Order: sequence, then structure tokens, then C-alpha cells
Amino acid sequence: MLAETFEILQRELGKAVIETIQMMAISMISALILGTLLGLLLYITSNQMFVKQKVVNTVAEVVVNVIRSIPFVILMVLCIPLMQALVGTNIGPKAAAIPLSIAAIAFLARLVDGAFREVDTGVIEAALSTGASLPLILRKVVFVEAFPGLLRAFTVTFVNLIGFSAMAGLVGGGGIGNLAIQYGYYRYETGVMIITVLILVVVVQVAQNFGDFLAKKATKR
Amino acid sequence: MIVCKDISVSFGAKGKDGFHAVKNVNLEIEKGEIFGIVGPSGAGKSTLVRVMNLLQQPTSGQVLIDGVDITKAKGSQLRQVRKNIGMIFQHFHLISGATVCENVAFALTAGGYPKEKQRARVEELLQMVGLSDKIDVYPQSLSGGQKQRVAIARALANTPDILLCDEATSALDLESTEEVLSVLRKIKETSNITIVFITHDLDAAKKLFDRIAVMNKGEIVEVNDTYSIFANPQHPVTKMLVNRNFELDVPDFVADAIQADEELYKIYYVGEKAYDPVINEVAKRFDVDVSILHGKIDYIHRQALGILVIKVKGKDDIRKEAVQYITDHVYRLEKLK
Repeated sequence: MLAETFEILQRELGKAVIETIQMMAISMISALILGTLLGLLLYITSNQMFVKQKVVNTVAEVVVNVIRSIPFVILMVLCIPLMQALVGTNIGPKAAAIPLSIAAIAFLARLVDGAFREVDTGVIEAALSTGASLPLILRKVVFVEAFPGLLRAFTVTFVNLIGFSAMAGLVGGGGIGNLAIQYGYYRYETGVMIITVLILVVVVQVAQNFGDFLAKKATKR
Repeated sequence: MIVCKDISVSFGAKGKDGFHAVKNVNLEIEKGEIFGIVGPSGAGKSTLVRVMNLLQQPTSGQVLIDGVDITKAKGSQLRQVRKNIGMIFQHFHLISGATVCENVAFALTAGGYPKEKQRARVEELLQMVGLSDKIDVYPQSLSGGQKQRVAIARALANTPDILLCDEATSALDLESTEEVLSVLRKIKETSNITIVFITHDLDAAKKLFDRIAVMNKGEIVEVNDTYSIFANPQHPVTKMLVNRNFELDVPDFVADAIQADEELYKIYYVGEKAYDPVINEVAKRFDVDVSILHGKIDYIHRQALGILVIKVKGKDDIRKEAVQYITDHVYRLEKLK
């Protein structure tokens, strides 16, 4: 029993870890870039002091909310044509990274918008009163003041993605979560299940603590 | 010179009856003066001052600065206007994630000051507000008064002609208030900057302002030099504010105990008009008793303003003559009861 568990892990774990890292890296990087930008767009188009743009804001809001309200499993299925078009297949970590990225972008965008909204409008007004331009205010005031909040948003997104990436296993995405389902669940290898879940628990803990530590360090209040 | 022409600001839906925060305000603020706007909370003072750098767009009216209408300015033109108008706030509004140096340098960057010379300029500004040793700390470790002085350094970074102060001392304790006021006085002495200062605190007003406008319910109800506002308030709101500041109210039970042959007066004397001889003289010349219930002397711009609450007791006609005599010999007399 124990020997069998180790044999499976020895054979499969390395590959699963690499697949998870691939999925996580692709979706996390797209979220960091596009999610942050989308969050910024949500923020500046809703704010009187910047460029209030009702149409753009409403469209962005709807897109973000629709993506966030689709259950991830369904989103993966919906993304199959897109996977075919972009990577030529709908199995494997690269294909799974597409719905993961989309979900992560929408999720992070919402959190980033929230982090920006936390910035004291008074500080922005004070910056405006110096005659500063909007890009300068965004760079040196809004980003600086929201930075701890942004770090927390990145952490939460990362943790969420780990959960989603495990689900990607269901449609052949691969990864650690896939290992847990394929062997632990379908083949009753409880040992594999426990160890893979433990690995995920440890990764989430470390990520959360590290994110909290960074955010705390960045807070000057 | 700042001229406000028919400034109105309403909040709420257009066309409907919104809330009128500022109603048809006309003001002329001279170059180089410290001009105060006082009034009870909710009077529209902050809204009015925010119109002066267009943080608040007026619903109607114009603001002319040195003859130029700024209310139509947009984009880079507006930024140029704002560069020339510093502003400080009740809650300082420093960037909490930036050091004192970075906070002040932000304004310099906004004003296009060359990057490599910024630190030297920040040092110069911090020296002016007495905070040279705090250049690399974060605002969190500063006291309220120190934060406000950093805010002053930031506001003055681009050597503006105008400094707007929105309740700048209202969140501070007495000591910090004095700290900030003395910095402002020093700045005034060394430059010809125009300061517009909003406050509900008449103590600060007394110490700093050259002229005062009193605002109530969105309207300017009185404008005068500081001394006259205190010595001879005209509008009921001004009177209320000034009286509250002097804290010379007679307790109700004293006022209620006034007899038929007694009257209660508040007398004001200004400058060199000595008051003791008047009271003495009255007691000598007329068959009346004069007792002093309350009194104080205030100094506004080095000019003395004295106030006494007195009770005059005597027969009706004699009392009337005595009161007439006092009236002739003091600056102002006000009957309380």
C-alpha cells in the first residue's frame, strides 16, 4: 500500500508539479498585467476626479461580473474553442491556462479596483491641488497608497488560482490537483490524495503568509 | 488679487432643487493679505475655498486671479493655475507611503522642477517650516502639527502667489495650532503671498487674519478688518461667533436676578480709552452703583479690545443719565437686560 503510493508519486508528482507551475505562471502573469490594468480602468472610469466614462465603465463592469459569475468548470468548457484556436488542443496545462487566466484577470481586476478605491480621496485632491497631471498622480499617489492593498489582492488571487488549477484537472489540464483526482479519487489511492492535498495546503499557507508579510512591510501607516 | 464674482455652488440633480452650498458670493481679496473666512459649520466655507482652485467647479460665477478668469481653465491650463495656488487641508492629506522628502518632491515634480535639484529645494522648504531633521521619515511618525508643516512645505514648493488653508488648524491641539500659525506668519513676513484661511476657530482668526469675511448658510454676511469684526460685529451671526469666542456670557441665574432698578450692560473700549476712570467717574457723578460682573482684555493686531459686563443700579432717570455718560465715553455699549 505505502510502497504503491510512493511508486505513483515518484512516477507522477514531478510532472504534475511542473504542469501546475506552468498553469499558475501563465495565469498569474496575465492576471498581474491584464487584471491590474482592467482594475485600473474600472477605477479611473468610475472616478469623478479622473476620467469619468460611464459607457466604458459599464462595459468593463459587466464583463468582469459575468466572468466572475460563471462557475469555473463551465468557464473551462466554454473556453474549449478558444483553447483550440490558441494552442491547438484542449488538454494539457497550456490549454487549461487559458480559462485560468480569464478567471484570474476578472477576479484580480475586481480586487484591484477595490484596493484603489480605498485610497483617501483627500490625498488625491491634495495632489491635484499641486497641479500634478493624472498619470503622475496615478503613479506616485494612487499606486503608492494602494500598494499594500494590491499585494493582498495578488495573494488572494494566487491562492484562488491554486484551487482553480486543481479543478483544471477535471478536463485534462494536468497538475497536482489532477493527480489527486485521478489517483486519489478515481483509483482509491488515499495516500496519493492525502499527500497531494498536503502539498497544496502547504503552498497556500506559505503564499498567504508571504503575501501578508510583504503587505505589512509595505504599509507605512 | 482674487475676485469672486457671483459664485454659486449647488449639489444634487441639475435643474431640480439641489442643495445650495454657496449662494451668489462676491469677494475681493487683496494681494498679500491674510484673508479669513469664518462661519459656523455647514456655512459653505470649504466649498467656497475649493472653488478658488477649482477642486470644486462653481455652478455659476467666476473666479478672477489677477484679472484672469480661471473657471474656464481645463487640462494643462488648469494645472498651471493650480501650480500657482498652494493648498493645505484639515487632515493634511500627505501620501502615507512616501517619505517627507518624497511628499514635498511630488509637488516639485508636478511643477516641472528639475529632478537633480529637488532634494536641495526640499531641504530649503523643510528648513523654512522647521523640520529639516525629518526629511527621510514617513508621515506616520510625525505629530499633527509636524504633518501640517510638511503639507505647508508641499503647498509652497512651487512658490505660489496664493495659499489656501481649509480648516488647517482645526484638527490640531493648541500647541500645534500655534506652531502652524507661527510658520504661516513667518512665511507672510518673508514673502508677499496671499493667504486665504477658512476656519470656525476665531482664536486662530484673531491671531492671524488681516480681514475677515463671515459666512452663513452659503452667503457672505459681513466683511471687515479683523479688529472691527471683533470690536463692532454687525450681523447676528458675527455677533454670535464673537460673543462665543469672548466667552463673556452672564449665567442665566445672574441675569434673572436683575431688579427693577438695575440694568445689565456690556461695554467695549478700544485702544487707549481707559475704562476704570469711566466707571469711577460715573459712580462719583451720579447716584448709581456700578458693579463689574465680568471682563477681559484681548489684543488683536497689538490693539487692545476690552470688554466689561456691568450692572448699573439706581433710580430710573439718574440711571439713564449715567448710562448716557458711559455711552459717550466708551467705544460701544450694548444692553443685555
